[in-house]
Amino acid sequence: MILSFVEHESGVPDELSLESLTMAREIATGTGEPLEAAVLGAEGGALADELGPYGVEEVHHVVHDRLDGEGYAPQAWGESIAQLAADLDAGTVTGPSTDRGHEVLAHAGATLDAPMATNCTAVDVDNGAYELERNRWGGSLIEHARLEGEPTLVTAAEHEYPVEEADAAVEPAVSEFSPSLPDTAFAVQLDRVETSDEEGIALGEARVVVGGGRGVGNPDDYDQLETLADLLDGTVGASRAAVNEGWRPHDDQIGQTGAKISPDIYIACGISGAIQHMVGCKGAENILAINTDPEAAIIQKADYAVIGDLHDVVPALNEELEERS
Amino acid sequence: MNVLSCVKRVPNTGAKIVLTEDNQRIDTSNLGFTMSPHEECAIEEAVQLAEDHGGSAHVLTLGPEEATEQLRTGLAMQADEATLLESGGEEWGPRATANAIADVIDDLEDEFGAFDLLLFGNESADMGNCQVGVRLARRLGLPCVTGIRSLDVDDGVAVAKREISGGEEVYEVDLPAVVTVKEGINEPRYASMRAKMQARRKEVSRREPTGEAGPGTFEKIRLEAPETDDSPAEILGEGVDAAPAIVEVLASEVEIL
Ligand SMILES: Cc1cc2nc3c(=O)[nH]c(=O)nc-3n(C[C@H](O)[C@H](O)[C@H](O)COP(=O)(O)OP(=O)(O)OC[C@H]3O[C@@H](n4cnc5c(N)ncnc54)[C@H](O)[C@@H]3O)c2cc1C
Repeated sequence: MILSFVEHESGVPDELSLESLTMAREIATGTGEPLEAAVLGAEGGALADELGPYGVEEVHHVVHDRLDGEGYAPQAWGESIAQLAADLDAGTVTGPSTDRGHEVLAHAGATLDAPMATNCTAVDVDNGAYELERNRWGGSLIEHARLEGEPTLVTAAEHEYPVEEADAAVEPAVSEFSPSLPDTAFAVQLDRVETSDEEGIALGEARVVVGGGRGVGNPDDYDQLETLADLLDGTVGASRAAVNEGWRPHDDQIGQTGAKISPDIYIACGISGAIQHMVGCKGAENILAINTDPEAAIIQKADYAVIGDLHDVVPALNEELEERS
Repeated sequence: MNVLSCVKRVPNTGAKIVLTEDNQRIDTSNLGFTMSPHEECAIEEAVQLAEDHGGSAHVLTLGPEEATEQLRTGLAMQADEATLLESGGEEWGPRATANAIADVIDDLEDEFGAFDLLLFGNESADMGNCQVGVRLARRLGLPCVTGIRSLDVDDGVAVAKREISGGEEVYEVDLPAVVTVKEGINEPRYASMRAKMQARRKEVSRREPTGEAGPGTFEKIRLEAPETDDSPAEILGEGVDAAPAIVEVLASEVEIL
C-alpha cells in the first residue's frame, strides 16, 4: 500500500500535495498496490471528496484531541504518520517537497528508522526496490539512486509532476486513526502566524521579473530596474552576489537558496548566469540578458540578449516604454 | 549559551557542472570548495548568539581532512572551537551523518560544556536531503524547528520564525533544541585577513565518526547533468540602440505590452 501525506488548507488540498499524489499514483500503479492518503488537522475529514478524482481509495483522517484543536506540531504529525504507516503496513510513504512535507516525513522516517529520498523527479519500482531520480544541487544535477526499505519515504520535487486526475475516479472510504502521542511530541508547536503587510507583486507570482546582479554596482541604481519593473507591471529580483553586497534584501534573491520564479519574461541585468542562479529562473518562459560581456554564461542560456552596460540600456529602454504608453 | 553549528564542505560550482568520467561525482579538479550557504548562516547565527548572550560558538563538520578549511572559515568568522569528524571522503547519507553527529555530542559536551542550541542548514547545497537536523534531534530527544529565517533567544526560550506565503509561522521552543536555518536569517560576516591568520593557528579537535546508517538503503547509482538548451541567445543589439528592438520583442513575441 502507498500512503500519501496530503497537506490542505481548511479541507482544500495543497497544490504540491496534489503533484505528489501523481507520483504516488504512478508508484501504486507500478506495484499494483492501493493508494491511500493521510490527512491531519481540523477539517481534514472533509478531504475525502477532494481526493477521489486522484485515485485515492481510502482517506485516513488522523484524530487526536491535541492535533485537531491546537496548532501544527511537526513531531506529533510525523509520529502519527509513522504509526499509521505501521498500522497499515504501508510499503511507501510519499509527500510534497514543502517545508512541512519534508519535516513531517523526516520525523516519520526518524520514528520508523526508515530511509527517505527527497525531491524525486522519477520513481520506478522493480521487485520492491526503487530506482529513482532526484534533484541535487537544487536541480542542476540529477541523481539516479536505488532505495530499499520497509517502508521507504519519498517526496516529489516541486513542479516535476503535473497535477493529474486518475483515469477513473473512486469514492474513497474514510476512516479515523487515533495515534498515541507522548507530550514530548508536542514540544514544538505552531504558536501563531504573523501576516506580512508587504505590498507589491510576490516574486513567485510575477509575470515580469527584472533581476539585478553584481553588475548593477550599487544599491541606488536599482531605481532604474524598479522603474522598468513598474512600466511592465513586474517586480525586481536579485542575484546572491547583489544580496551579499547588501544592495537588496534576501527576499529578492532568485536561485537555489532563494525564490523560484516562473514569469513570462525574466530580464536579467548584470547577472553572469551561475548555475545556482539559473535553477531559480528555469521556469521563466523567456529570458532576456543585458550584459557587458558577450561571453557571460547567461548569454548561452537566455533567449534574447543585449550586449551593453545596463546603466545605459535600462534607462533607454524605460524611455522607449514611456514614449509608447 | 553554547551553540553548535554543523556545516558541510561542497564544491564551489560555477556556471557549468562537469562530472567525472564514471559519473559518480563532480569533477573538482578545477574547482574550489565552500560551505553550503544555509550553514554559513548557521555559523553566523551561532557566533552572534554567543556574542550577545555570552558562551561559545562551536563549529563541526563531518567530511574529509580538507574540510578543515571550512572549519577555519568558521573560526575566522569568530567561532571559538572547531571539530572535524573525519569521514575519509566518501559521501555519507543523511541517517549515518545524523547518527555520527549524535554519537559524538556527549563527548563534545564533556569537553566543551553542554550545548543550548544545535544549528544546521535546512538542507545541504549538494544533497538537499532535508532530514539530518530532524533525525539528529530525534536521536537526542530534543525538539526541532526547521527552515528558520529568524531566531531570537531569551531566557531559555527560542522564538523561531519560518516564512510561508503571505507571512511567517512563529514557533516558541524551550532550549536545548535543534534548529535548521535558511539563508537570509542574517548576513554572514566577511572574515578579515587578521581573523583568517588567527584562525590558522587555532586548534581543530578531531574525532573518528561512528554512525550507523540504519535498516534499509539509499544508494547512489550515478549522477547526470540535465539537458540544457545551450543555443545562443538572439542578440537584439548593442548598448542603447537595442532599446527599440527590446520593446518590439516584449510586444510581439512575449506579448506583454
Ligand atoms: C551552494 C550555492 C548556492 C548558491 N545559491 C545562489 C542563489 O540562490 N542565487 C544566486 O543568484 N546565486 C547563488 N549562488 C552564487 C552563484 O554561484 C554566483 O556567485 C552568483 O549568482 C553571481 O551573481 P552575479 O551574476 O550577480 O555576479 P557575477 O558573477 O559577479 O556577475 C556579474 C555579471 O555582471 C556583468 N556586468 C558587470 N557590469 C555590468 C554592467 N555595467 N552592465 C551589464 N552587465 C554588467 C558581468 O559581465 C557579469 O556577467 C550560490 C552559490 C553556491 C555555492
